[in-house]
Amino acid sequence: MTAAVEFAPWTDPTETPLIRFERVVKRFGDFTAIEPLNLSIYRKEFFALLGPSGCGKTTLMRMLAGFEAPSEGTITIGGRDMAGIPPNKREVNMMFQSYALFPHLSVWDNIAFGLKRGDMSKEEIAARVDDMLRLTRLDRFAKRKPHQISGGQKQRVALARALAKAPKLLLLDEPLGALDKKLRQDTQFELMDIQEKTETTFVIVTHDQEEAMTVASRVAVMDNGKIVQVDTPPKIYETPNSTYVADFIGDVNLLHGRAEIRADGLASLAWAEGATPIKGTAGEGLQGGEASFVIRPEKVTITASKPKDRTNVVKGKILDIAYLGNLSTYHVELPGGQVLKAQTANNRRLSRRDFTWEDEVYLSWTDTAGLVLAR
Amino acid sequence: MNFARRTLIGIPYIWLLLLFLVPFGIIFKISLSDYAVSIPPYTPTLDLAQGWAGLRDFLSQLDFENYIWLSEDDLYWKAYLSSVKIACISTLLTLLVGFPVAYGMAKSAPEWRPMLMMLIILPFWTSFLIRVYAWIGILSNEGFLNQFLLWTGVISDPLQIMNTSTAVYIGIVYTYLPFMILPIYATLERLDGSLLEAAIDLGCSRTKAFWLVTVPLSRAGVIAGCFLVFIPALGEIVIPSLLGGSGTLMIGKVLWEEFFSNRDWPVASAVAIILLLLLVVPIMLFQRNQEKAQEAEG
Amino acid sequence: MKQFSWFNATALTLGFAFLYIPMIILVVFSFNDNRLVTVWAGFSTRWYVELFQDEAFLDAAWVTLRVAFSSSTIATVLGTMAAYVMVNGGKFFGRTLFSGMIYAPLVMPEVITGLSLLLLFIAIGLDRGVITIVLAHTTFAMCYVSVVVSSRLVNFDRSLEEAALDLGCTPFQAFKLVTLPLIAPAVISGWLLAFTLSLDDLVIASFTAGPSATTLPMKIWSSVRLGVSPKINALSTILILLVTIGVIAASITSKRSIARALRDEQMADQSA
Repeated sequence: MTAAVEFAPWTDPTETPLIRFERVVKRFGDFTAIEPLNLSIYRKEFFALLGPSGCGKTTLMRMLAGFEAPSEGTITIGGRDMAGIPPNKREVNMMFQSYALFPHLSVWDNIAFGLKRGDMSKEEIAARVDDMLRLTRLDRFAKRKPHQISGGQKQRVALARALAKAPKLLLLDEPLGALDKKLRQDTQFELMDIQEKTETTFVIVTHDQEEAMTVASRVAVMDNGKIVQVDTPPKIYETPNSTYVADFIGDVNLLHGRAEIRADGLASLAWAEGATPIKGTAGEGLQGGEASFVIRPEKVTITASKPKDRTNVVKGKILDIAYLGNLSTYHVELPGGQVLKAQTANNRRLSRRDFTWEDEVYLSWTDTAGLVLAR
Repeated sequence: MNFARRTLIGIPYIWLLLLFLVPFGIIFKISLSDYAVSIPPYTPTLDLAQGWAGLRDFLSQLDFENYIWLSEDDLYWKAYLSSVKIACISTLLTLLVGFPVAYGMAKSAPEWRPMLMMLIILPFWTSFLIRVYAWIGILSNEGFLNQFLLWTGVISDPLQIMNTSTAVYIGIVYTYLPFMILPIYATLERLDGSLLEAAIDLGCSRTKAFWLVTVPLSRAGVIAGCFLVFIPALGEIVIPSLLGGSGTLMIGKVLWEEFFSNRDWPVASAVAIILLLLLVVPIMLFQRNQEKAQEAEG
Repeated sequence: MKQFSWFNATALTLGFAFLYIPMIILVVFSFNDNRLVTVWAGFSTRWYVELFQDEAFLDAAWVTLRVAFSSSTIATVLGTMAAYVMVNGGKFFGRTLFSGMIYAPLVMPEVITGLSLLLLFIAIGLDRGVITIVLAHTTFAMCYVSVVVSSRLVNFDRSLEEAALDLGCTPFQAFKLVTLPLIAPAVISGWLLAFTLSLDDLVIASFTAGPSATTLPMKIWSSVRLGVSPKINALSTILILLVTIGVIAASITSKRSIARALRDEQMADQSA
């Protein structure tokens, strides 16, 4: 494997996507669940659909599985139009949110269930099931029934069952939602590992932004039946194309005002009467006018005296301190009433903390640390 | 796929149309026909071979004569009124017997409850007819109850209970008691014990807490139980026939006799239609109560 | 705050005494060596012997069993279909009418159901006998079955069926391999309920039976109208015994399965 070449088929114009949504619309009665939408997903991708509940991400996935038909537009998988093809005739398997393990069948029989529907011989099926059990480290539990194993094991059985048929595409509906936080983090890495080993295309639906950022090669952020932004996790985090995305992914500070494009390519934002305009990178399509300045709390430096080398400096008073162990977040109130958050890493002991409540402090950031986005 | 779906819907649908809805139309039609000494014992019969003329002929002979006749004969009025009265009184009596039992069950130790439930359900599975029959031996003049009362010296002459409405009340209470107990028990069992503790903590006596908390919160179960007893009791035949004797008038019994003894099918059909009209109101009220209870549960 | 309360104990004792004493008397006096049911004259099993020599009773019992078995089986198939349509069928023409027809027979007085079916059978010229009773019983029992089965189907996780489709099943295979095994307990209790209702029914059978077929309840009815009879006591005892055994067996099985579920839960906890 040429590890040096980055995996980014979406940047290669010669690559044909595995899945293509073309002007797909889905309506349920009067309600429009999916607005006209185009999307391409490539082979071997680990693609995440991220959004709050009711944003249409599950509908999108159910259309891929064949449980819902689009009201308009076409979905192609591997170049084949999927219209009219029932779920049982698609080379797509799904891992259900509730796992949907058949309670009357053992772990072994659950995994073998899909294989038995094809024309495989008994020996082939047994060999495949054993492979899957080994892949998901379930060898010891083959004979157990679903209610005799723990939540994490159930999740692995569901994964093994969906992967057993070696589908072109695996759909995962909130696969880790039922697990507790610690187990979820371990399982995320396991999922990535299995995805890499099996070289299957994964599409995951989740409302957990951390999960999407951890596992996915690309993330589509959805809102109200629309895809707002599709990009790699670092790009989504560093250069969100809207305040919605910025706010949905991670913690963010927002300041509203009027923007102007400067000659040096940066944008400046007049955010309060009499205050020096703040500078930041201009967001996509920013024309000036009403805009918002967004900056991540960890990019804001907090100091007791006014820093001399920075242009973006504001003065405020500490309102609240949230101590998170590895980090501390300071809520600082500006004279105009806005509250900005600044985050610092706690690499010193608590007793020697620099700041306390009501302290007057200066917040500062570099010219390119924040983004100015059109509203 | 579509064919399979159509078959799945179609078979039970057609079965119910043919064996439930069509017979219903026939009853209605015959109730508008005239009595005749023939087989079947009513005219007119619809003769489709005669085409439109036959249909017109058929329709022109239908009338509300049987209903008018029913309304003029006070036997039927009395039968309807006495059915309603008997059903009401026995529902009330069943509630009086059933509520304490349901309450006692809900307050018993949890490990006893499945056992008690089973004991309530068991009679429900045994033959209805046999359970009514058991009371003949108890209530008759030389029956066990009279034997017992004579032996204790409470009475000197046997009481006449058999063939009175008292016997009918006992029979209805006995056979429908499980229908009253189960829904009340279901609501009482779900009642959060801390509600009562809260009421007592806020200054209620135990009795007052019972009336102010337990009773209002068990209302849905009480109403459901009352309807489950009232609706079948109204159309009851077996109990008044076996325990009530000739003196007890109930509409189901009248229908039965009109049909089997007098062979007057048109009148029997008219009685059936009116019985149904009588039931529509309580059934709809019951439906509403159930829906409300379900909504309240979320 | 669990206290022993005299009120509760009395209510329970009196309530259960009221429910069970009549049946106990019935059973005890079936072993009475006297033609007068209410006067004890020593232990005897002669009424059982007479009962088993009475051809008419045996015939009626045979008719009843045949009717109950066939009507409950057909009713289970139709009722399960109806329940499936009601819960998962989506929208179709006349859905309200359909659900009305399912629920109406549950509250319909038996006299009306019986009378209307009789009038139908006469109108279409169907000879009355075992077949007409089976048709009548199937019709009202399927509604009970569909209520029992749909209460299970409502709680049934639809994603299990979708998972089966996703793994390559046709809709029919998904029903056979996944849905049916999982709703089986409800289907079985529906069948048992239908069977008992048919065994027990007097009114509808009386209307639809005609002269050629007599069921056991009809036979009991005609002999009871003439007064108490020790033979009926013997028959009642046998029926009560059968039902008691059935219900106790069912409750023991369910208790076992609860114990097993508890054990499984512990196993799952340990393996976590």
